[in-house]
Amino acid sequence: MKRRRSGGQKAKAAVRRSKTVRLVDIAHARSGDKGDTANVGLIALKPVYYPLLVEHVTAARVARHFKGMITGKVERFELPNLHALNFLLHGALDGGGTISLKTDAQGKVFSTALLRMEIEVRK
Amino acid sequence: MTSRPATVRVAGGQGFWGDWLEAPYRQVTGGPIDYLMMDYLAEVTMSILQKQKSRDPARGYATDFITQMERILPIIAERGIKVTANAGGVNARGCAMALAEAARQVGLGGKLTIGVVSGDGLLGRLDGLMARGHPLKNLDTGRPLQDVRDRVLSANAYLGAGPVALALQRGAQVVITGRVTDTGLTLGPLMHTFGWAPEAWDRIAAGTVAGHIIECGAQCSGGNCLKNWKRIPDLANVGYPIVEARADGTFDLIKHPGTGGRIDVASVTEQLVYEMGDPREYITPDGVADFTTIQLAQAGRDRVRVSGVKGKPATDKLKVSIAYFYGYKAVGTLVYAWPDALEKAKAADRILRQRLKDLGLEFEAIHTDFLGASATHGPLALKDVDVAAIPEVQLRVGVRARDEKPVDRFTREIAPLILNGPPSVTGFAGGRPKPEEIVAYWPALIDKRMVEPAVELIEA
Repeated sequence: MKRRRSGGQKAKAAVRRSKTVRLVDIAHARSGDKGDTANVGLIALKPVYYPLLVEHVTAARVARHFKGMITGKVERFELPNLHALNFLLHGALDGGGTISLKTDAQGKVFSTALLRMEIEVRK
Repeated sequence: MTSRPATVRVAGGQGFWGDWLEAPYRQVTGGPIDYLMMDYLAEVTMSILQKQKSRDPARGYATDFITQMERILPIIAERGIKVTANAGGVNARGCAMALAEAARQVGLGGKLTIGVVSGDGLLGRLDGLMARGHPLKNLDTGRPLQDVRDRVLSANAYLGAGPVALALQRGAQVVITGRVTDTGLTLGPLMHTFGWAPEAWDRIAAGTVAGHIIECGAQCSGGNCLKNWKRIPDLANVGYPIVEARADGTFDLIKHPGTGGRIDVASVTEQLVYEMGDPREYITPDGVADFTTIQLAQAGRDRVRVSGVKGKPATDKLKVSIAYFYGYKAVGTLVYAWPDALEKAKAADRILRQRLKDLGLEFEAIHTDFLGASATHGPLALKDVDVAAIPEVQLRVGVRARDEKPVDRFTREIAPLILNGPPSVTGFAGGRPKPEEIVAYWPALIDKRMVEPAVELIEA
């Protein structure tokens, strides 16, 4: 797609003002299962990081991150009291429970898979 | 009126059937506690126990519980520690009889009152319930239970804390239950101790949150904790969690002095979000807890204070855990070494699949994982990796079918690859994989009025 010149300049300026952050550096996480759905609780390492998670780690962004790894939709819930987000990844476990043939049949390490995500934040 | 204590301590002793055998003993000897709570029942455990009971009517409960209790019975008798456990499985009464026998063996005959909570078993009532307009639809798929009725192996409603509290009120020192919720085993003692009414929704929610935090044993006290995991001290000697609760519904998470692990806001938060759905609606038979109201604060070393928990009234339904026979599966593995370890494993996978296809075998699913490369994080794992340099990869192929035949034939197609497939292969010492029966889980709801919990007392 061709970008208009002013748009391109804006984008360049935005790159100068932003930096790439990996979630593993600003959050910790734990995941588990309910049937064929994995959940990932994403917790800010410091309360000041929580707004970054809310702004950048959207359900749509997480769905893109796990493209090819899950078959259903992604839901997001906010827990500002715990500085945490909870994601439900539907269709993540090849049927889940005893049916699943996956190594991670109970979705235990979707947590750290999410922590691989990189976001662009303002400097 | 009896006076009520200011605080009560409920210790988590087992997070699942198979958890650390040392934990219950350490919890009753490591410092003062009032209750020991032990959770044994995973979703599929009930079907295994049902199968055991059909072979021998005296069985059908978690036998490990008896072994663990034998060790601690003299201590809990001396110190007056009470126990709640859902070790009863599909035969809570049989479990209680076995415990009574064990108590007599250690000289506690006539000195131990055991409460038995049952009424959760629905297997014998399924046809009647379905005929009376309870379709027991699968919560995930919406299909009626009729679709798999002839393959159902077990069916149990989840009971709540009410009957546990009732058994304690009637004087039970050990309460053995069938399918009572994990959280009910902690909430029951709190309701009993503080006289909380079943409609005190905020208190009920607080006790439910307490139960959720300790129901997975050490997973809230440093076990499986990601934040600063390298600095969590002495996991070899990990302290299992203890809820120190107050009548107002606030409580502290602590562990015995001198034990390893860590209890801080991070370790407790990780457990709070574990297996979470909609945080505003944590539904149990006892009430609905709102996890977005929970406040956590570090109140000392290895002490986290929990307050502010709000709850809502219970729903008029109970969850039902149904297990049914699904089919067969098998998993085969081989290990490929550098150079090109991943490429070799991928080639072996292609060859194997070609052969299965040429044999005309039909599977519901074939799933391949490459351990050491992408088994846990999929394509995300290989983004910045020099794939050719990976030292070794385990090829892990699983198949699933309704019929045993193709699965059995698959198990004979792994070993030949050692000599007639890609090179540098090892790791097959375990021999041919075995087809396994799959027992699947069918979650459903039922009208609460259809289930009547029962409480009885047995004297040792």
